[in-house]
Amino acid sequence: MATEILMPALSPTMEEGTLAKWLVKEGDTVNSGDIMAEIETDKATMEFEAVDEGIVGKILIAEGTEGVKVNTPIAVLLEEGESADDIESAKSEPASAPVAADKEQSSETAPAAAMEHPEPQVDTSPDWPEGTTLKQQTVREALRDGMAEEMRRDEDVFVMGEEVAEYQGAYKITQGMLDEFGAKRVIDTPITEHGFAGIGVGAAFGGLKPIVEFMTFNFAMQAIDHIINSAAKTLYMSGGQMGAPMVFRGPNGAAARVGAQHSQDYAAWYMQVPGLKVAMPYSASDYKGLMKTAIRDPNPVIFLENEILYGRSFDVPDLDDYTVPFGKARTWREGDDVTIVSFGIGMSYALEAAEKLAEEGINAEVIDLRTIRPMDTGAIIKSVMKTNRLVTVEEGWPQGSVGNYISSVVMQEAFDYLDAPVINCTGKDVPMPYAANLEKHALVTTAEVIEAVKKVTYR
Amino acid sequence: MLNYLARSNARTGEMSMATKKSTKKPNVSADELKAYYRDMLLIRRFEEKAGQLYGMGLIGGFCHLYIGQEAVVVGLEAAAEDGDKRITSYRDHGHMLACGMDPNGVMAELTGREGGYSKGKGGSMHMFSKEKHFYGGHGIVAAQVPLGAGLAFADKYKENGRVTFTYFGDGAANQGQVYETFNMAALWKLPCIFVIENNQYAMGTSQQRSTSSAEIWERGKAFGIPGEAVDGMDVLAVKAAGETAVAHCRAGKGPYILEIKTYRYRGHSMSDPAKYRTREEVQKMRDERDPIEAVRNMLLQGKHASEEDLKGIDKEIKKIVNDSADFAKDSPEPALDELWTDIYATEIPQEA
Repeated sequence: MATEILMPALSPTMEEGTLAKWLVKEGDTVNSGDIMAEIETDKATMEFEAVDEGIVGKILIAEGTEGVKVNTPIAVLLEEGESADDIESAKSEPASAPVAADKEQSSETAPAAAMEHPEPQVDTSPDWPEGTTLKQQTVREALRDGMAEEMRRDEDVFVMGEEVAEYQGAYKITQGMLDEFGAKRVIDTPITEHGFAGIGVGAAFGGLKPIVEFMTFNFAMQAIDHIINSAAKTLYMSGGQMGAPMVFRGPNGAAARVGAQHSQDYAAWYMQVPGLKVAMPYSASDYKGLMKTAIRDPNPVIFLENEILYGRSFDVPDLDDYTVPFGKARTWREGDDVTIVSFGIGMSYALEAAEKLAEEGINAEVIDLRTIRPMDTGAIIKSVMKTNRLVTVEEGWPQGSVGNYISSVVMQEAFDYLDAPVINCTGKDVPMPYAANLEKHALVTTAEVIEAVKKVTYR
Repeated sequence: MLNYLARSNARTGEMSMATKKSTKKPNVSADELKAYYRDMLLIRRFEEKAGQLYGMGLIGGFCHLYIGQEAVVVGLEAAAEDGDKRITSYRDHGHMLACGMDPNGVMAELTGREGGYSKGKGGSMHMFSKEKHFYGGHGIVAAQVPLGAGLAFADKYKENGRVTFTYFGDGAANQGQVYETFNMAALWKLPCIFVIENNQYAMGTSQQRSTSSAEIWERGKAFGIPGEAVDGMDVLAVKAAGETAVAHCRAGKGPYILEIKTYRYRGHSMSDPAKYRTREEVQKMRDERDPIEAVRNMLLQGKHASEEDLKGIDKEIKKIVNDSADFAKDSPEPALDELWTDIYATEIPQEA
């Protein structure tokens, strides 16, 4: 059957073009791949090749014609044995319009709901049963125990990174793990973050559960393409066929006196990415319980630690298998006057400020988010409904901070409950300086948190 | 000095496709030869159809066709065993068809429909098949190289004897992560075949203008990785080289590099103005080195197949491709609910 040749779209944005030149004439035989015409698009002059073989029966659009719409018939191709008389019966392959999907989008964010403020359902169950024996442990020990327990439980879990094995960990997090699990499962990598992060993601695709340690998250910027493009997006891009069950972990944020390139807080960066989960714990029990949950999670988890917290001791429940669920905040201190929300090392400022404020008769409720994606916004809103005031605390930069996001959620979901604007206490909008006095000022301080609370409580 | 001369000739002279002639002709049956003919023809006709659907506006965005390079994947798949893995870049339609993925599912992904391999959410550059051990379909140049080594890492960890074919182009060969990966793959003896599909042009920049080495595979020597250059327009030469590489990896000797010299007839993507090479250069390749014509001639001259037999194959392929186009047009667009699915898994999907 004679077929119509249609004006092709030769770029993603082309809607019409100029038929600059015909390179065949009526009666010519063409084979697939032969160049038939030159077409000027919005970007360039392109050659247009024949797809089917046949004889050029008729040229419908003369060369030099401008503004030829995509899908306009430009010529008719005849099969062997056909004549130009068959052209009448030529029917182009209909470019059938996409069939409309019948299901409507789920109305998760229907605007009508914006002004209603129902009290959120919040899980306030305790992290461990009453009467559980507690032991004092450093964050460092708790983190190692969490990883080691999961490696005993599951042969497919392994840890890789710079200096994790023979050196026993640049910050001694993996101390003793090489001895227990051997070089097959505790793997020293060369200093090559982009490469080993990619190998880690590939190993996860291949059925393992890697823990990829970055000596610090500053160096993960070299690997961020694999974290986001390869790990976070593959489940979606594959229509759910495969994903990256793995943990990227390491210290994040400022340590002490290490300057601008080694002192960045990436919480807000990773929090933005669908497909990732992001934990940023404060206490030792959360480091352990969240690490175990992270390793078992079938999705890529960013586990943001803090070097200054590694040596701090906290109560850790003495349980065989202690886990903490993602998306469940912990209220460290109850109060009626103001809500202070933080996570990671920001909690030290929040708690210190709350203690000093209590001496002045201001009772702050202090909430530790523990994971910032998923984020327990319900716990924040429930608290704000009680206190009507909110201050957020983090070490990261102010523009596009975690606190900014919390503020927008609270404004949309608890606007009527706010008696003062939300204040975000953050690190200063500067690269981290080296000088001791400047560094101290670049970070968020307890004094700033106290000042913010006084502002929102009008004291 | 000799080395230097050879190198400078290769860099300044005409593109030389005659790389390493295989010394012994591989023993191949008429049926195998016919299967390679069929598989290569399927890729070519499929890609021509994809180009046509793109022209009709049914395929959007980027669309990178594999026409001219068919012998690479068909030759290497002939050297693979069940359970071996493969991963590649965004020029991935040929790899998917060659490893046995369903043309309907591939074409429907190109048109962004529910029946596509990724339910329409991946597109031309992002498709996967757990069943066929095809791990994508990656749009960031060279990202698939460490990912492929990671797949090989998993196989070595599990001691299952599998190998991974990690495909990338001559353009990707200038990315730093390739050499980070070579280093670790060699250190850890990963069963990974690095397949450099050298089609001579990194988008529109020729190898001479972008790459300091005339022979890219020789870069592996710096890491102690053996390799060879292969004539990528000869499916039997590719198969033979693939068998060498697979045997090396399966024997636990670590990675192997195949630099397969091939040629892409079409543009880098659909919107390539093709100003960086002459029409004559492309035509010469098509006329003199076409991998499908070569097998066709072999079949006819050796009397392994008649014109009628080959017409039968052509007809069969035409039907498969037309059916895939019909399927891809008729399959509905994904339901809007799909926007919100597959962001987080509740169980590890590749184990489910």
